[in-house]
Amino acid sequence: MNRRDLLALAGGAAFASGLAPIWTARAEGPSQRLVVVMLRGAVDGLNVVVPYGEEAYYEARPTIAIPKPGGDSGALALDGHFALHPALAALMPLWNDKKLAFVHAAGSPDPSRSHFDAQQFIENGTPGHPTTTDGWMNRVLAALPGARTSTDALSVGPTLPFILKGPIAVANLPLGPRAAQPMAIDQPQVASAFDKLYAGSGRQGEAYRQGREARTELIANMSSEEQMADNGAPPANALPAVADRLAGLMTRDRHIRLAFASLGGWDTHVNQGAESGQLANRLKPLGEGLAAFAKALGTDWDDTVVVVISEFGRTVHENGNHGTDHGHGNVIWLLGGKVNGGKVYGEWPGLAEGRLYEGRDLAVATDYRHVLTAVLERHLRLADPAMAKIFPAMPAMRGNLGQLLNA
Amino acid sequence: MATRLRRFLALLCAVALAAPLPAHAAASDGDAQIIHVLNRLAFGPTAADVAHVRAIGIDRYIDEQLHPQTLAEPAELSQRLAGLDTLKLNPVELFKEYGPILPIMNGGVKLTPEEQKARRQRARIIVQQAQDARIWRALYSPRQLQEVMVDFWFNHFNVSADKGLDHLWVGRYEADAIRPYALGHFRDLLRATAHSPAMLFYLDNQLNTEPGIPGGVRGNETGINENYAREIMELHTLGVDGGYTQDDVIALAHVLTGWGLARPGLGRGDGSAQAFDPSRHDFAAKTLLGRTIAPGGEPQVEQAIDLLAAQPATARHIAFQLAQYFVSDKPPQGLVDRLAQRFSATDGDIAAVLKTLFASGEFRDSAGQKYKTPYQYVISAARAAGVEVNNPRPLLGTMARLGQPLYRCQTPDGYKNTEDAWLSPDATTLRIGFATGLGRGVLPLKNPPPEQQAAAGMTPTTQLVADQRGDPPKPQPLDAAPLAALLAPVLSDNTRSTVAEAPDGLKAALILGGPDFMRR
Repeated sequence: MNRRDLLALAGGAAFASGLAPIWTARAEGPSQRLVVVMLRGAVDGLNVVVPYGEEAYYEARPTIAIPKPGGDSGALALDGHFALHPALAALMPLWNDKKLAFVHAAGSPDPSRSHFDAQQFIENGTPGHPTTTDGWMNRVLAALPGARTSTDALSVGPTLPFILKGPIAVANLPLGPRAAQPMAIDQPQVASAFDKLYAGSGRQGEAYRQGREARTELIANMSSEEQMADNGAPPANALPAVADRLAGLMTRDRHIRLAFASLGGWDTHVNQGAESGQLANRLKPLGEGLAAFAKALGTDWDDTVVVVISEFGRTVHENGNHGTDHGHGNVIWLLGGKVNGGKVYGEWPGLAEGRLYEGRDLAVATDYRHVLTAVLERHLRLADPAMAKIFPAMPAMRGNLGQLLNA
Repeated sequence: MATRLRRFLALLCAVALAAPLPAHAAASDGDAQIIHVLNRLAFGPTAADVAHVRAIGIDRYIDEQLHPQTLAEPAELSQRLAGLDTLKLNPVELFKEYGPILPIMNGGVKLTPEEQKARRQRARIIVQQAQDARIWRALYSPRQLQEVMVDFWFNHFNVSADKGLDHLWVGRYEADAIRPYALGHFRDLLRATAHSPAMLFYLDNQLNTEPGIPGGVRGNETGINENYAREIMELHTLGVDGGYTQDDVIALAHVLTGWGLARPGLGRGDGSAQAFDPSRHDFAAKTLLGRTIAPGGEPQVEQAIDLLAAQPATARHIAFQLAQYFVSDKPPQGLVDRLAQRFSATDGDIAAVLKTLFASGEFRDSAGQKYKTPYQYVISAARAAGVEVNNPRPLLGTMARLGQPLYRCQTPDGYKNTEDAWLSPDATTLRIGFATGLGRGVLPLKNPPPEQQAAAGMTPTTQLVADQRGDPPKPQPLDAAPLAALLAPVLSDNTRSTVAEAPDGLKAALILGGPDFMRR
């Protein structure tokens, strides 16, 4: 009997009152986890991992370049050529600990500069093919060995993103402020009536059952202080709190193998700022949130890889409004206990005029699927046949990405 | 002729429906079809609307809805709207009254951060009043199709109150650029949005400047910004597969140089806040979509708008979107083609295209195929429940928690209307929570609009929390019987039997929170 059958038999009242321990009593499975964070709107990767060794960078960006390392507001040197945006200082301990790596000049080979098409191509795993009907993370889920549970994959937020769409059911939870406030469905009488109403009902019934289980788990796994705190006004910046809550869920529910979250607000066409300003204000909580997540995971951090990715990069030259327009290549971030970090990976095409994509953008030297393949093969231990389904018709891998992770 | 054809099609549908019925077509066929039409042309049925359509017939109802000017606004609605002061101000007045105070406007003195914050809080009333107006119209306006199209076009030409000055203008934008043309000609709609300060600010065109023009450089305005030029082709007109290139994006960006906002205290004098600044414009000839745009100033912009509106790719793009919104997430290609032809043949007459759509067999046979967006779900629940909504905050808060805060879609593609976008586990439990609150009568919908709270600096969010915590005087549970009667034609057997067995206090919640009512 699987959990769902049990749930159906037990009915809502028993479920709501007495079955919570089942979540912690389940058998231990493989513990490698993958968390994907998508920065929607195209983050300016050249100001995240700054090629400070290249004068062309400073020439192209007279007002928005990040100053060279050294001095109070300078970028934080990663190596002799690249440096990190100072707003991401919270990540430097991970870098120094070799748990943080970057792959620069990476991205989708598709030339689209449309946010929506490019996001689709990152999420469906088939650049240039918009008609793919499921997301690559759902295909990963299908390839993972072991029994399925309702929380194998978790999306943070009120809607389900395409990257997790597909035949395998996925849970979603908003983990931000007020997530733990009491809801009608927590009441046994309400739950039992709606259980019957949604028995069957196709996709809607499936969504209902997923929602019920995820909700029960959230309540069971959230301390009473958290529930109290949630009744207050939302904090000014909720990101570190969300990271902390996700880490809490992942340490308590060992079945969560994949998690996904996305953040918007990176489309900096105007006044993006340099070492401070609009982009810096977005990066700072992200860096702090990721650092908090790593810390809160405790020993589970050793088995977790976090990938931070965006749909495309931004123009090398700043535009007429101290911002940047839609470009091509970007930087992919990797964090985790098994990451062979402290290194910027990928072939670097450079910013010389002749090296730019269509004369204006950082080229894509590394296909984003190759970065993900390295993670999926070496971390989640997926084999070639599975990979062929996850990223069909992918060009052959090149370069040193095999070393991204310690086996 | 057309009417006879429609009747014939309706007859065919009725015959087709006599075969084994899908769950949604149970009960009386006529009533099921009425509910279907009200689910699509309106924000769902009310008892009064069903009686009205029954009396005049579906064809006449469709005709009425396509000509909203023939439908009078009820006095009660007019009275509600009349109380919303900020909706009476034009964009320039809104900026002066509520916008940031620049040193240049203040004798060179800069406001302190505290003063700026206080001013921003004071300005929140504008978005709140715009939201109230939108909700009241959606609930109570007899021009339901017009309000449905306002939802459709606002998302098509999305702007967000969360970006810069747009919190001042979002209500004005809807009133000036969207609603008047919602059933008019597409080109007028495109033109009106292109002339609106909200759109020009949202997509950064107010800064788009020809580089290197002496005297043309001020502050941030030092060069080209492609943002609006790209989105106008990708989202507003041709569609992403509409055949334009990066060169076209750049050409259009040059056409649009200098097309922006009036400087404080200047402008056309008509209160529009939109202005053309020749000192920042590239007057040279351009090639756009293979056509030459002759050298010039403002006429270049008008020429580009006309060119884009008339492209066959635009007709196909709009036809697809309308069919997706009104028929199914993956609309039949044959229908899309017919709508595109109608669009081109009528010079983009939206009412004419919709008339063809509503008369189609594809439309008539598509009952229940669409999953409601949070906006459609919340509005339709309040309408079906027949509750009096003096305080729309609980409805707006629910939309926000479901991921669709009104006027706050940050990305220019607007909110989607597909099942894939909105059906999720968490959304399902949240909708059930809302339905239960509505059914039990505990949502503070009758409270007067909480302007005092807003004036005291409470955000809509904290206000909602306060609203939901407060104990409203004696909750009045909904009477489930009329609700069940109203929705009977679209309730499945399982819903009916579950409701029948449930305790009285939960019956209305089950109807409004059940799987049948999530669809339209």
